[in-house]
Amino acid sequence: MTREMTGAKMVVQALKDQGVDTVFGYPGGAVLPIYDEIFLQNDIRHILVRHEQGAVHAAEGYARSTGKPGVALVTSGPGATNAVTGLTDALLDSIPIVVLTGQVPTFMIGSDAFQEADTVGITRPCTKHNWLVKDTDSLAETMHEAFHVATSGRPGPVLIDIPKDVQFASGEYTSPKPSTSHYQPVMKGDLEEITELVAAMETAKKPVFYTGGGVINSGPAASQLLRELVDSTGFPITSTLMGLGAYPASGENWLGMLGMHGLYEANLAMHDCDLMINIGARFDDRITGRIDAFSPNSKKAHIDIDPSSINKVIRVDIPIVGDVAHVLEDILKVWKARGRKTDAAAVSKWQAQISDWRKVNCLAYTNSEKTIKPQYALQRLEELTKNHDRYITTEVGQHQMWAAQYLGFEDPNRWMTSGGLGTMGYGTPASIGVQMAHPDALVINVAGEASWLMNMQEMGTAVQYRLPVKQFILNNERLGMVRQWQELLHGERYSHSWSEALPDFVKLAEAFGAKGILCSDPADLDDAIMEMINYDGPVIFDCLVEKHENCFPMIPSGKAHNEMLLGEAETQGVIDSKGSVLV
Amino acid sequence: MSALHIKKGATRHSAYNLRPTFSDVQERHTIAVLVENEPGVLARVIGLFSGRGYNIESLTVAEVDHTGHLSRITIVTTGTPQVIEQIKAQLGRIVTVHDVHDLTVEGPSVERELAIIKVVGEGDKRVEALRLADIFRANVVDSTLNSFIFEITGAPDKIDAFADLMRPLGLVEVARTGVAALLRGD
Repeated sequence: MTREMTGAKMVVQALKDQGVDTVFGYPGGAVLPIYDEIFLQNDIRHILVRHEQGAVHAAEGYARSTGKPGVALVTSGPGATNAVTGLTDALLDSIPIVVLTGQVPTFMIGSDAFQEADTVGITRPCTKHNWLVKDTDSLAETMHEAFHVATSGRPGPVLIDIPKDVQFASGEYTSPKPSTSHYQPVMKGDLEEITELVAAMETAKKPVFYTGGGVINSGPAASQLLRELVDSTGFPITSTLMGLGAYPASGENWLGMLGMHGLYEANLAMHDCDLMINIGARFDDRITGRIDAFSPNSKKAHIDIDPSSINKVIRVDIPIVGDVAHVLEDILKVWKARGRKTDAAAVSKWQAQISDWRKVNCLAYTNSEKTIKPQYALQRLEELTKNHDRYITTEVGQHQMWAAQYLGFEDPNRWMTSGGLGTMGYGTPASIGVQMAHPDALVINVAGEASWLMNMQEMGTAVQYRLPVKQFILNNERLGMVRQWQELLHGERYSHSWSEALPDFVKLAEAFGAKGILCSDPADLDDAIMEMINYDGPVIFDCLVEKHENCFPMIPSGKAHNEMLLGEAETQGVIDSKGSVLV
Repeated sequence: MSALHIKKGATRHSAYNLRPTFSDVQERHTIAVLVENEPGVLARVIGLFSGRGYNIESLTVAEVDHTGHLSRITIVTTGTPQVIEQIKAQLGRIVTVHDVHDLTVEGPSVERELAIIKVVGEGDKRVEALRLADIFRANVVDSTLNSFIFEITGAPDKIDAFADLMRPLGLVEVARTGVAALLRGD
């Protein structure tokens, strides 16, 4: 069906037809016709952010917590360049978002017009794909194709740059139809490879599942199938930062997160295993540590929808290109058809070995009655919120790693964090996006005070839309992770890693029209957290914590999984000059 | 490597043509990429190479199918087997790329390049240049009293050899098209 309408109306119509209910945006000269159309309708809710970066992170939070694509709308020039960090973040973490940017009129492109930037040029390397729409007749089709590309295969951010004259002009609107473009990623894995993996699973003596964000991106079915596979084989399972929640933290085969600040038992299981089954993870450098010492004696299988992930970093023996849910379904089918075999005796011996590692209790820390230890704060937060309908976002740094270590995630889509890009300032706008999608849920942004200040303007958004997001700031008055590295790697020269002029967060909260809570005594912590939870509105929780706490366990740069540090005593001179070049 | 079922032919639909990777040997590969002929597609391909630090030795591009709006980009690149595999996989995931063929793996292939070469000289050198051009089947496409422009077509090696011979005879300028390549047979 085709209908004649203006480009601006087409944008809104296409969003409706794609099932979009929320748009995060910021108006400006080059998107005014679209804002006019938004004004004239009630189906799509527009959330006015305070900075375009916030719009994109909010769209990411919305997308990660719902599985649906998030949408952001910004103007040309600075609006578009402010969106770049969010786009890159979504690219590295494979988050489906659609960003619409205004552009100067087509006849002015290239003239260095007011608020003109080469948006498609700037965002080409940080989007999965982008388009500059030059005539209104192709706008509707491009919009529909953008949603197809953002959500198909390995998800990612896409951008459509729409010149103002294209928004004003009229053209034919076409409704969405099944995509006919050549871009149709393969979903089913090769059965021959799947059978080879099942055969390896049947004889493995020390198997481990290593799962990542791909399981969550594949949808709820993938998490269900993963749980079935893990529980019926009895193999232990660990996950990357991005994959937390795909398998429940309370599950009996759960090892905890792996990687640089992962758990001792998870990293040793990865190092000593004889069969590693990578499901939707990408052998990131935070995971592998020293590549030539990475899990030296294992056969490795890798399930990934993106062929370029396979053999990029670690050479694998059984590559399977396909969607996680489809492949897991086939693995289960083949494994059951062949008689549900595992080497149960060997696997239980392996589990016993893992139990011994677990006894090391790598997350133990020295608590204090005087100051709040950040680990303690998170343990209390976990205890007091775990039975709520809870979503957690984070900023980036020590608090993020502690949150991953001390909070338990039972379901997918409950944990929103900037993994690949490590974007400080992600958490506050992301919490707003999550709360928009889940109005009645308890949404908490676990933050450090430095990260939090990077996008604190979004508190205005939270207050305007009555979004009761809880900003749980572990305030150590330091850039904690930077400080930790300076201590371990740079001779304790703490170059510019603290702030001498932090705001009074309680007054800041009040200035925004939110509630501020200050807590510095461990004895008051539980009551303060309860006060935060029970307050019906946005809260800034200033939790003053121990200033010099380091995040352990830690695999130092340039070291292997079995060389991890468990605590302060082991940190002297551990990172050699070769390791210190790595980040 | 047998476990990988090494198949010939790198396409976006196959990740199984994995030759022994993680060797340090630098290989030269000719890769043909079929892309949608839309604005920015060349920038995507070139941006991929510069952004990820891959080499481009030669690159040619032109539309080859007007009705289907398809262009063919032929890239000569060097890298370790792992890098070559990554290049192909990364090319394959560009949304507007339809197909990626590693002609070096899928081969044998025919590679041709055209060059025009300006030689300035007088007397014996001028005669010698003309004689060598004849041997190489290079055509004279422009002539003045003290210069020639030769046109030569062939594999890149042949053009290199001809240019080397022309250097002492007064070569002043070379323009080359880069490699165009096709698989042999059907």
